[in-house]
Amino acid sequence: MDTAAAPHSNYLHDGYTLKSWLLTRDHKRIGLLYLFGVTAFFVLGSFFAALIRIELLTPAGDLVESDTYNRLFTMHGVIMVFFFLIPAIPAVLGNFLLPIMIGAKDMAFPRINLLSWYVYVIGGTFTLTALVMGGVDTGWTFYTPYSSAFSQSNVALVVVGIFINGFSSILTGLNFIVTVHKMRAPGLTWFRLPLFVWAHYATALIFVLGTPVIAITLVMVGAERLLHLGIFDPKLGGDPVLFQHLFWFYSHPAVYIMILPAMGVMSELIAAFSRKAIFGYQFVAFSSLAIAAVGFLVWGHHMFVSGQSVFAAMAFSLLSYLVAIPSAIKVFNWTATLYKGSISFDSPMLYAFGFMGLFLIGGLTGLFLAALAVDVHVTDTYFVVAHFHYIMVGGAIMMYLGGLHYWWPKIFGKMYNEAWAKVAAVTIFVGFNLTFFPQFIVGYLGMPRRYHAYPPEFQIWNIMSTAGASLLAVGYAMPTVYLLYSLVKGNPAPDNPWGATGLEWKTSSPPPTHNFETPPVVNEPPYNYAK
Amino acid sequence: MSGAHASQHPALQHHFDNLDQQFEASTLGMWLFLVTEILFFGGLFTAYLVYRIAYPEAFADASHHLNIVLGGTNTAVLIGSSLTMAMAVYAAQLGRRNTQVIFLVATMALGLVFLGIKAVEYSHKFEEHLVPGINFVFEGRDPIHSQLFFSLYFVMTSLHALHMIVGIGIMTVLTVMAWRGRFTKAYHTPVEVSGLYWHFVDIVWIFLFPLLYLIDRHGPVH
Repeated sequence: MDTAAAPHSNYLHDGYTLKSWLLTRDHKRIGLLYLFGVTAFFVLGSFFAALIRIELLTPAGDLVESDTYNRLFTMHGVIMVFFFLIPAIPAVLGNFLLPIMIGAKDMAFPRINLLSWYVYVIGGTFTLTALVMGGVDTGWTFYTPYSSAFSQSNVALVVVGIFINGFSSILTGLNFIVTVHKMRAPGLTWFRLPLFVWAHYATALIFVLGTPVIAITLVMVGAERLLHLGIFDPKLGGDPVLFQHLFWFYSHPAVYIMILPAMGVMSELIAAFSRKAIFGYQFVAFSSLAIAAVGFLVWGHHMFVSGQSVFAAMAFSLLSYLVAIPSAIKVFNWTATLYKGSISFDSPMLYAFGFMGLFLIGGLTGLFLAALAVDVHVTDTYFVVAHFHYIMVGGAIMMYLGGLHYWWPKIFGKMYNEAWAKVAAVTIFVGFNLTFFPQFIVGYLGMPRRYHAYPPEFQIWNIMSTAGASLLAVGYAMPTVYLLYSLVKGNPAPDNPWGATGLEWKTSSPPPTHNFETPPVVNEPPYNYAK
Repeated sequence: MSGAHASQHPALQHHFDNLDQQFEASTLGMWLFLVTEILFFGGLFTAYLVYRIAYPEAFADASHHLNIVLGGTNTAVLIGSSLTMAMAVYAAQLGRRNTQVIFLVATMALGLVFLGIKAVEYSHKFEEHLVPGINFVFEGRDPIHSQLFFSLYFVMTSLHALHMIVGIGIMTVLTVMAWRGRFTKAYHTPVEVSGLYWHFVDIVWIFLFPLLYLIDRHGPVH
């Protein structure tokens, strides 16, 4: 490129050295740093999942010892939950898009934004160190007193890693909230914000209100394990159920940290590929806040068999049903948006359709689990495993990939191969269902989770599941190849390849360093496709 | 507040339109951070409340072993430091360099006095064999749950002390910046938001003191 092309220079051309990336304060580059981080952790977490599925191919526990198996599913859970799912959409897509969508030059606190990535990397390093030293075997839930008194594995290192990592969530959430409040472009009122922004605002509230509680809980576990200060261990006078309350007070809302940003992506995709304004905009916007709020009141449904009082259990059961209302509002409104829309089937939209079906199944089986009696029957079975994978993988990862495809041309200024993208989306959908639908059945039949051996009559379902996981692995590998290939050989992307609304499509692809050549002024409603 | 020259101010970061916007963003950010702090300490307060309600006698016995004079003195010291901090912010708003430096140093000094007294208290606990996990010997109606009280006492007060140490560190930087005349009527955001943090740390103690030292003080000793 010669100097005449200077007006087209963008944030990617803002320095090519490693230092220019590692010391950047540009939210777009920080988003890409996160993209690098979460992808690495996703590969690692998937590796453990693969070992789990291979072990479960046969009823006998023949590949790994039961103790090793405990470490496998624990590391799979820890890495996927804390280092992939929670940061995936907010820290990558949210970081990149939020300031652009509201017409700002950057996040309110660019240095804190960069700090959050370093905190994430340091937390990850502690966790990886624990992994190299033999891993951890408590399950990702760290239930006391096993974690604080008995486990022989590297609990302390992992707990420190997750504690540190929590601050990256807190800092990201804080940045999002302040940015949305204080940095919006002239004319961009709250009800003109894209629903992606509303969803991330709600997510940020959970980051800020929930994460500190898991942090202090892990401090207490650490104090008990390392300093023998009794807090949860009954031998030292403590109460292990208190740990569960504190843990789930964060860790249930954490599920909404994973799904709310996915819902935000979904709203963008549905509107863009139906070429219609989203149906019931305000309901969809407020349902995000409602999910965030109600999400803090339902943690007890993880403890129906933990010895909490029957009245508490009934209250938590009832409150858990309430979450279904805002969730259903979203699904109905997306469906209504499709109605009489001019629907196109580009690859991001295929992910959106996939999300719709998978989230529906994941959400409805959540209602089974909110029902006290049914939950007691399926507690600690593969039914639960299947349910939360439908939400986390079927929901969150589908939309992470859908969003990545949708905004890829904006982020890198390159078009990927659409045919391969379609094949990958379908492969992932089929592979996912083949992996996890049999787990509903085998769980309902009584197969418990967290064991490396099982009765032979469950084998057929496990073979299906492992076959599905193999297909899923192929599906996930495909985007890695064609997306990276697009960076080298892809056609240059136009500014608005999908003909979508939103400020991010009004700037160039990739955007300039300060996002807009001239600061935007907004004077129209969101999703104004009717014009 | 932001005149025509405000946008030229050296402290204005590139992504803000003016100093007002920057100030509002920083203040909101600090308030949000304090919300996260409330939830951070909230987990401990929850544990404390659950156990105090479950084991009132054990907690009453244990709290008798805290030194109310030292605790009370520290409360006064800390409230005093909040006053000097407020004065430092006020001086910054008026752009008075020397007054600002004096009050910042006074705040730090009071913070250090607090930490010193706290250290004395800790060493007493150690001598009295009241440190769970290291040496804990307790005669009372319910020793094991009194031990729980001391576990919480040490986690809560040490975490509070850690926040004080961080605060003193911040104050040191502020003092240097103030000495160099970095804060003016137009720009004193760092002093303002650090003040919020310092007051918050004080308020945590205002809750810790009665919970740990005062409640059930009138009850009989085992």
